[in-house]
Amino acid sequence: MSITAHKRSIPALAVFAVGALALTSCGGDNGDGGGDSEASSEELSITFLPKNLGNPYFETSNAGGEEAVEEFGGTYSEVGPQEATPDGQVEYINTAAQQGENALVLSANDPSAICGALNEARDVDVAVVTFDSDTDAECRDLFVNQATAEGIASAQVELVAEQIDGEGEIAILSASANATNQNLWIELMEEELAADYPDIEVVDTVYGDDDDQRSFDQTAALLQTHSDLDAIVSPTTVGIAAAARYISDSDYAGEVAVTGLGTPNQMREYVEDGTVEAFALWNPEDLGYLAAFAARAVASGDIAGDEGDTFEAGRLGEYTVGADGEVVLGDPFVFDSENIGDFDF
Amino acid sequence: MTAATRATTGASTSERPREVGRSYAAYHRPWWFRTFVSAEFLIIALLVLVWLIATTSVDNFSGPLTVRYLLMDIAPLMMIALPMTLVIITGQIDLSVASTMGLSSVLVGILHVQVGLSIPVAGLLAILVGVLCGVFNGFLVAYVKLPSLAVTIGTLALYRGIAVGLLGTTALTDFDQGWSDLATSSIGESRIPAIMIPVVILILAFAVLLHFTPFGRGLYDIGHNEQAAWFSGVNVARSQMTTFILTGSVSAAAGIFYTLRFGNSRGDNATGLELEVIAAVLLGGVLIFGGRGAIHGVLAGALLIGVLSSALRLEGVTVNVINIIIGLLLVVSVLAPTLVAGVQRLRSRLGGSSSAPGGSPPTTEPSEASSPAPRNSGPQNSTPHEKAPRATTH
Repeated sequence: MSITAHKRSIPALAVFAVGALALTSCGGDNGDGGGDSEASSEELSITFLPKNLGNPYFETSNAGGEEAVEEFGGTYSEVGPQEATPDGQVEYINTAAQQGENALVLSANDPSAICGALNEARDVDVAVVTFDSDTDAECRDLFVNQATAEGIASAQVELVAEQIDGEGEIAILSASANATNQNLWIELMEEELAADYPDIEVVDTVYGDDDDQRSFDQTAALLQTHSDLDAIVSPTTVGIAAAARYISDSDYAGEVAVTGLGTPNQMREYVEDGTVEAFALWNPEDLGYLAAFAARAVASGDIAGDEGDTFEAGRLGEYTVGADGEVVLGDPFVFDSENIGDFDF
Repeated sequence: MTAATRATTGASTSERPREVGRSYAAYHRPWWFRTFVSAEFLIIALLVLVWLIATTSVDNFSGPLTVRYLLMDIAPLMMIALPMTLVIITGQIDLSVASTMGLSSVLVGILHVQVGLSIPVAGLLAILVGVLCGVFNGFLVAYVKLPSLAVTIGTLALYRGIAVGLLGTTALTDFDQGWSDLATSSIGESRIPAIMIPVVILILAFAVLLHFTPFGRGLYDIGHNEQAAWFSGVNVARSQMTTFILTGSVSAAAGIFYTLRFGNSRGDNATGLELEVIAAVLLGGVLIFGGRGAIHGVLAGALLIGVLSSALRLEGVTVNVINIIIGLLLVVSVLAPTLVAGVQRLRSRLGGSSSAPGGSPPTTEPSEASSPAPRNSGPQNSTPHEKAPRATTH
């Protein structure tokens, strides 16, 4: 069967496309590109690119970043892929370069895969600051770390050792398999466990890809595969929330400890019902805030990102750049039933 | 000549070569009408319109990086849309292309990063696997005669499962810098990325294959009516197998480019790309039921999707809204023929029967059987005959 011509659909489709583009000129109120601002230190345009959208941890850090950008009078926008993949991020890095953003603040899904795109962006004078999860040092100007990697790993090791009395089987529920930060922490955790807690064995490491449903399913799989599991350590807020949710509704509540890095708001009900004893984190809002100020320092040319450079970070005070362009926010903080009511993020 | 032909040519006998009284359904409209008032040209005009609006009203669209990123983003889409056009013209569909791409990406990663083969060798092996994927699809569709929708949904899951099974959610990112740079390089000093050279070669090859070879003509015949095509001497099974082999191998090649461009090989690379490819093909005026379509329309469709995505992204519109817009555009373009047919049927019913043979409404099968019936000797003769001249119009 055949159909001759779509001649009368000419007006229909033309109207449609004009409508679609009309949407572009009046739409875009979910963060506009703002690409025509010059790099005067008052009007910097900063784009935040977390690992993925819809992640409560990054929503908090983005809020901190927005607060900082408004404080120093820049324009803020946030973009991100739906899934925490490196090629999803490349698209947004390219767009930021096209738009001529002054700075890009991102948490990387892979240490080296996005390097090509980042360097292209830096070639067109986009300052690149990583936070939370780093890339290779040659692709970015600064890295704002929430705490030292050793500190984060130690905090989790101590928490789990305390909760299972120094011996037993544990499993790790991580984010995505290539995430720079989680992989580094897991490596340090395993080293510390081997050195200081020889009776604790890490039986499995699984990846929930920072996706709530997948992390939930991985927890179920872990508990079915390893019947003698004593604890699950999840160095990602999405993972720990999903694991706690699974365990609190199952027969394992109270038998299998859940700890790691979580946000107070997500974990409050599980701490209150006893599924989770204690977990650690830092303040992601402060992290985003600091990252925005660091980006502003680099974009306005105040610092070059070398060791020893100092810059002002609003209400957090003055910060100094360490080795390899790393800026450390502070120390990790332990949340438990006593202090969890004091926080709202 | 049959009574049917006499009726449609409007001449009382076939021996009288009166040019005035005689008209052929395929050529009753002037050439410029047939060329410019067509679905393909509509899409090309739409593309130009969207491009102009984007250049004038979207910030930074006319910047130096836009064309470069746009073409690099679109390259896999354009590559795969070409053999997909062939598949859809024959009335089949291939939903497994993105999974083949993912599988090829994983294989290139494993062979290059873990086994240590060079990129050309790893790429060649990946394309070979793509051909095998195509052969499997083609065998089940062309020889076992299973419906292609079912088969390719199955192979979509199968190939993707193999890809993810081989690599898990780890990504291999340690690729040879020279080849990665080549994949993202530009032609000389211009903004055109180097990948466009192979893409243009593919476009020319497929355009010649579809529009200027007997094989291509055979594809249109298969799309119209498989039985009639077989009786006309077209080797239906072999042609269909060839189209699936082409999608398999081109998807694998696109997978190699995707891997080198993004510098990472993952099992879930290019998930969902098959829907974008089919959207580009259908936007380009190719009929989903088969038998109609042209390469230039498909190219315009792919570029339209690229330009719209790029312009909307630059405006800060989220990817969800972009998907909604492209989805609506696709729905409209697929519905358009049916709507047009319905409207014209309504008009002919209200306004009386139309006189010129070519002016008979563009119809789908049911109305074709009914409307020419009064003018022809019988419904059976009219249906294949009505189709044949239309085939040559497209």
